[in-house]
Amino acid sequence: MSMSRLTAVVTRSQAALVALLIASLAPSAGADEAPTACTWKPERAVTVIVPWGTGGGTDANARRLANLLEQEMGVPFNVVNRTGGNGVVGHTVLARGRPDGYTIGAATVEIDTMHWIGLTPLTYEDLTPLALIDRSAAGVLVKPDSPYQTLDQLLDAARADPGKLTASGTAQGGIWHLALAGMLHAEGLDPNAIRWVPSQGAGPALQELMAGGVDVATPALSEALPQVEQGQLEALAYMSDKPMAELPDVPLTADVLDSGWKLSAFVTMSAPAGLPDEIACAYEQAIDRAVHTAEWAEFRRSRGAPVIFEDRAETAATLERTDRQLGQVIQAIGLAQ
Amino acid sequence: MLSDTLSTLFDPGNLAIIAACTLYGTFVGAMPGLTATMAVALLVPFTYFMDPLLAISAIVATTSTAIFAGDIPGALLRIPGTPASAAYVEDAHRLSQAGRSRSTLAVSLFASSFGGLVGVILLALLAPQLARIALQFTSFETFWLACLGLSCAVMTSNAPLAKSFASLFIGLFIASIGIDVAVGYPRFTFGNYELFDGISFIPAIIGLFAFSEMLRGLRNPRRERPAGRTQEGPGLAIRRAAGTLLRFRRNLARSSVLGTLIGALPGAGADIAAWICYAVSRRRSRHPERYGKGYVEGVVDGGAANNAAIGGAWTPALVFGIPGDSVTAIAIGILLLNGMSPGPQIFTDSPVLVHTLYGAFALTNLLMIPAGLAVIFVSSWILRVPRRVLMPIVLLFSLVGAYAITNSVMAIWIVLALGLLGYAMEANGFPLAPTILAIVLGRILEDNFMTSMIKSQGDMTAFFERPWAAGLGVVTLGVWLWLVGRGLTQNHRARHHAAAPHASQGDRA
Repeated sequence: MSMSRLTAVVTRSQAALVALLIASLAPSAGADEAPTACTWKPERAVTVIVPWGTGGGTDANARRLANLLEQEMGVPFNVVNRTGGNGVVGHTVLARGRPDGYTIGAATVEIDTMHWIGLTPLTYEDLTPLALIDRSAAGVLVKPDSPYQTLDQLLDAARADPGKLTASGTAQGGIWHLALAGMLHAEGLDPNAIRWVPSQGAGPALQELMAGGVDVATPALSEALPQVEQGQLEALAYMSDKPMAELPDVPLTADVLDSGWKLSAFVTMSAPAGLPDEIACAYEQAIDRAVHTAEWAEFRRSRGAPVIFEDRAETAATLERTDRQLGQVIQAIGLAQ
Repeated sequence: MLSDTLSTLFDPGNLAIIAACTLYGTFVGAMPGLTATMAVALLVPFTYFMDPLLAISAIVATTSTAIFAGDIPGALLRIPGTPASAAYVEDAHRLSQAGRSRSTLAVSLFASSFGGLVGVILLALLAPQLARIALQFTSFETFWLACLGLSCAVMTSNAPLAKSFASLFIGLFIASIGIDVAVGYPRFTFGNYELFDGISFIPAIIGLFAFSEMLRGLRNPRRERPAGRTQEGPGLAIRRAAGTLLRFRRNLARSSVLGTLIGALPGAGADIAAWICYAVSRRRSRHPERYGKGYVEGVVDGGAANNAAIGGAWTPALVFGIPGDSVTAIAIGILLLNGMSPGPQIFTDSPVLVHTLYGAFALTNLLMIPAGLAVIFVSSWILRVPRRVLMPIVLLFSLVGAYAITNSVMAIWIVLALGLLGYAMEANGFPLAPTILAIVLGRILEDNFMTSMIKSQGDMTAFFERPWAAGLGVVTLGVWLWLVGRGLTQNHRARHHAAAPHASQGDRA
């Protein structure tokens, strides 16, 4: 019976004791076994850095996971929101933390875009990925009385009269801007054929769309779920290859577009670069167990999202691949610095 | 259904939460520099694990009381607790120095409570109609509204027009620090990523008001005598407050309704509502010359307006699921987390939630009266402490607070830098209030201006193309014309009385 299994079955009050015990055993255990025994356990509180504000999707996921990790690992996991600079501040604080397992954080897809835009020299290589826990794909939204009732009609209009239509969803160069510009580029249009109107996130963008200030919005489809379900907005497309459970009838860009374009934002759990393998694999296993609990399944269901888990190797590959793809998009739209 | 709502509302757990949040909101609002938004943000981690009805009650109770409690340090220490209190801080503080701290704060408590009740009644009766106006608001309209709010700050200032405008532009400059939303380019950050998000309001208000006030105390230590040695008794204070409200009942009604309407507009909140209502009040008053020098009429308007705006701010959130301000943005997040979708169907799908929301508003605004009175009577004793002892203590707590909230040492540097700036400004007769409002509204103004220009591709006439934009634009331009007219007469008079000393400068009591 492995050490980690043993701790999983003891109660929470005993967990601290067990953690102490294991900590005292750790040096000898490390000498006897392979270096990747994944037996590392935190002995004091862990700080979880969230680069985005309280109440948002990243924050909700990180806090619920921190709560489950507390149960898994037996020490407090304190969530700290370090917002600002379109994610730069939080990611920088995370990357500058000590790689000792006591600083982890919710690094998001922006780690793959910020450096291309010239906001920060920081890249995914400054982090040690632990797992990927959330993905949300972009939607293409219009008002119900819009003259464009399919994605094709919208793209045809943009092709016929480039620059006439406007879209919104996030700041200039933000992930939902790249979703639209990348789709236009992949379909052989000028990435600015639908002009981007920057906004402070999805809420203000949806307000602009409903008030007739812009023609299209391309935030995460899940962020506009209430408006789409209640008929205030219409979803022309979902930038994914799998339909969203709540809105199964929204056409998928992977099906209807020749390029098969898709784009999703993601939330990873990561640590500063140089985290010892033993600690990283302990976290990987703890997160794996946490996201396969009934509590996590229930939480994800309440948000209309499926349970998603990618291990360390998969997350690293995702970060690397996304960095390359979004870098091409950013260069194509002329935002690269 | 009514019984459902009542049983939810008067459930012991719910009542306990509302009572606890009333106290919590009072505490956070009364701490200089901690805002109502922050109070709610600190509450969020707990609400993730709460029943949604309780969570909504908690948010409503916290914001309502925090906005009122922001008046307390404003009156006692001349440090507005929230930006919404900054409009009438000068009046409230001078009244309090004249020994009327308790009756002044009671006026603002009763006005807040009344405004809050009017806000929720209008929300309950007219939400769909209010929402229809809110749905007319794009970046053009919001730009004009922010312009109007800033113009009101200049309009209500007693300093010479040029100095008021200078103060406003200093604030707008400070607001321009950080990443610009339109093109995502960092400005005036000198490569320091801590400045990417700009100068936040909390260290700014602590620096401009608390630290500069302490520096002033250092300059002439003997001049300051502890004010309010003689306190009004509770009965007298309440009688005086009731008399004031009765005398200005028209102001109370006008600002409650106007505050709710402004709060319902996207991008505008309690801050803009308080400033616009204060400016309207001064224009309509029989004694406009007494505003800003310790006159209670403006306190009635501002106090009612900012609490009324909180109710109004829920309109777009409930009707479209789109937040009207940062507090409702958090609330929507909590509703979604619990599987409830705000939007037109929430009125039919979750009527209990909607009615509990209204009920929580009403209950909080009533509970706020005894809680508020208790806090007023206890806290006004603080005036007995000599200021040279009190101010460093307040500054210390504010600094720790600013650091703890932002988790960044940069906050402390900002406090120190803006404290020196505030001291230099006041010593030379520049008013501080326009700077503060400009720091709060500068971002909104710029974002909406840039967004509008991008949409219209540089065509300025687009700012007058939509009906509401045209209306607000004409009103704003009218205010500017009036201001220029006033400035010219000021110059004219100043030239006539060139020999006489300038009365309106440096005359702080």
